[in-house]
Amino acid sequence: MSTFKFSREVILGTIRANVPKQQVEHPQIPVFQHPDRPLKSEFERRLQQAGGASHDVGTMAGAESKLMTLHPGAKVICSAVPEIAGTRRVEKVRDPHELADVDVGIVRARFGVAETGAIWLTQEDLVVDALAVLSQHLIVLLDPDQIVGDMHDAYRRVRLDETSYGCFMMGPSATADVEATLVHGAQGARSLNIFFLPPHSAPPAN
Amino acid sequence: MDNANQVDPAKSAELFILHDQVHEPMHDRFLWATMQRRDAEAAAIPEWEELREIASKIKEHTLTHLDHYLEAFEANATKRGAHVHWALDAAEHNEIVFSILKDHGVEEMIKSKSMLQEECQMTPFLQSRGIKVIESDLGERIQQLDGQPPSHIVFPAIHKTRKDVAELFARSVGTDPNNDDPHFLTEVMRNNARPRFLAAGAGMTGGNFAVAETGTFMVCTNEGNADIGASVPPLHIASIGIEKLVPRVEDLGVFLRLLSRSAEGTPLTQYSSHFTGPRKGGELHIVLVDNGRSRRLGMPDFWHSLKCIRCGACMNTCPVYRRSGGLAYGATYSGPIGVILDPTFDEFKYSELPFHSTLCGSCTDVCPVKIDISDQIFKWRRVMAKKGYLPLAKRLSFAVSGHVLGHPEEYHAMEKVAEPAIDYAPHFLLYNRSLNPWGRDRELPQIVKQTFREWYLANRS
Repeated sequence: MSTFKFSREVILGTIRANVPKQQVEHPQIPVFQHPDRPLKSEFERRLQQAGGASHDVGTMAGAESKLMTLHPGAKVICSAVPEIAGTRRVEKVRDPHELADVDVGIVRARFGVAETGAIWLTQEDLVVDALAVLSQHLIVLLDPDQIVGDMHDAYRRVRLDETSYGCFMMGPSATADVEATLVHGAQGARSLNIFFLPPHSAPPAN
Repeated sequence: MDNANQVDPAKSAELFILHDQVHEPMHDRFLWATMQRRDAEAAAIPEWEELREIASKIKEHTLTHLDHYLEAFEANATKRGAHVHWALDAAEHNEIVFSILKDHGVEEMIKSKSMLQEECQMTPFLQSRGIKVIESDLGERIQQLDGQPPSHIVFPAIHKTRKDVAELFARSVGTDPNNDDPHFLTEVMRNNARPRFLAAGAGMTGGNFAVAETGTFMVCTNEGNADIGASVPPLHIASIGIEKLVPRVEDLGVFLRLLSRSAEGTPLTQYSSHFTGPRKGGELHIVLVDNGRSRRLGMPDFWHSLKCIRCGACMNTCPVYRRSGGLAYGATYSGPIGVILDPTFDEFKYSELPFHSTLCGSCTDVCPVKIDISDQIFKWRRVMAKKGYLPLAKRLSFAVSGHVLGHPEEYHAMEKVAEPAIDYAPHFLLYNRSLNPWGRDRELPQIVKQTFREWYLANRS
């Protein structure tokens, strides 16, 4: 590895020798005002454009019944949330390969972003990162009061120094690589349904 | 002059255009539709132009302090448990990757899309050393199965029809050659890739941005394939160009608002994923790659090209790119951004590229980080002229126009002379098919009877 150590010095040395003389200041990023932004409806509209869907499930029972309506044939439901038990608890998963057979993954997002319809998921929410992408379908619980306006607001909320994985997920997996035709379910989740549901204050079901 | 190693984009473009009546018009149509979606998204954001300016300034700030930010990134990523490597060039990048894979006994690796790994020709290198490499992005996988490089930095197989893909899959994975439904073809590759994700000993990604203050890098995909490669195999290796640095987390808000809108006309890619240190139970290696970038930083006319965030908007808007197809450029990077990047790797080989442009300036207008692309194309033409890399026909005409444009009295005389001459010139000289394939399907504008100078003298003086 000593040659690579040498490369580090060569690269930094060449940069120092070549760096343009003008010193450009880091610009201030202003707060862009969008007064009276209807956060929830904009979020829902953008989510729909991205191929996702949202549901006002109201209660935990409503969430359970919506889950059954959306995915009646699901055999393996792996849950990372206390509100829905599922058939497998993600906390019990030792290795991401164990998630290869998951039909539906369930996770709670910390917040959503109105501008894009994206939700923020971290390693702590997913417990095992692969739950976000190996599950055939995803259900994401979201408190409708936790929707921020734009991506600037979003980055003020994320703590990249506190998680090893964080993802703004905007709808399900997609591709347009064959004749620019949009197809959902390329590699990750085939569908993404958001359930609007504030976190339940009762102790988690075991 | 020996032209054996020089790429000839005009000739290759001609083959693409003449191939049939389907491919080139389709390519043109798809990319123009993407451009129109981009325009609509940009117009919907009142602060769009301000964002472009801020993004440009953040990149300029970072590049003028690049040594500082690279050291900060290295320190913070290391603190979080990542292994950071430095590669002077493509060969060293490939050696580093190979040695990591070898140390971990990896025989099969699955990767997501990375233009840097293309630039380094990493896949053929690893395969020659016995490592099986699978592309997981659908477009890249199509190109890999067809033995072709990507033709577009965002849409690798955009030059192919659904029929091409159906026939390719029939040959390579045994599907029905007559089923060319994109949903079917996508599903075929989803099912083909899943077992490979699960079997792979390592996943590789690129990096769209690297954040100095946290040691984070982020990857944007629509398929989620980078996330599978990073979260399932025990080992994740990321190749990141040293120009991908940004100072702070808040900077990402600016770039993410611009990137996918410029690239595809969508507010974000479906997955915008942030990696800070290894995942629980995993191992993370980051290879920081120079490969000529630190040298480019010292080129006063060209260092701004390092601001590029690889959105491809300049390609989608370019009338020459849309009709040529990306493979015509014979280089890793195609379209207007390729024209200004490729000669920094090999001036002679890519000396024809700066002439594969109309200098219409649309690329500069749409660039989300305000790179002066068309000005740089023009400056590269001067570099090629000075080095004597111009083909004879171009040398003669540029020599004449260079002299005439430098001498106003001769220019005014020429204007009147050229007017009758152009009546005869187009079809056997200016738009001669073998000398200038761009003349096909195009006509010269009508020459006005009155020159601008005559009009000005008559009306304004």
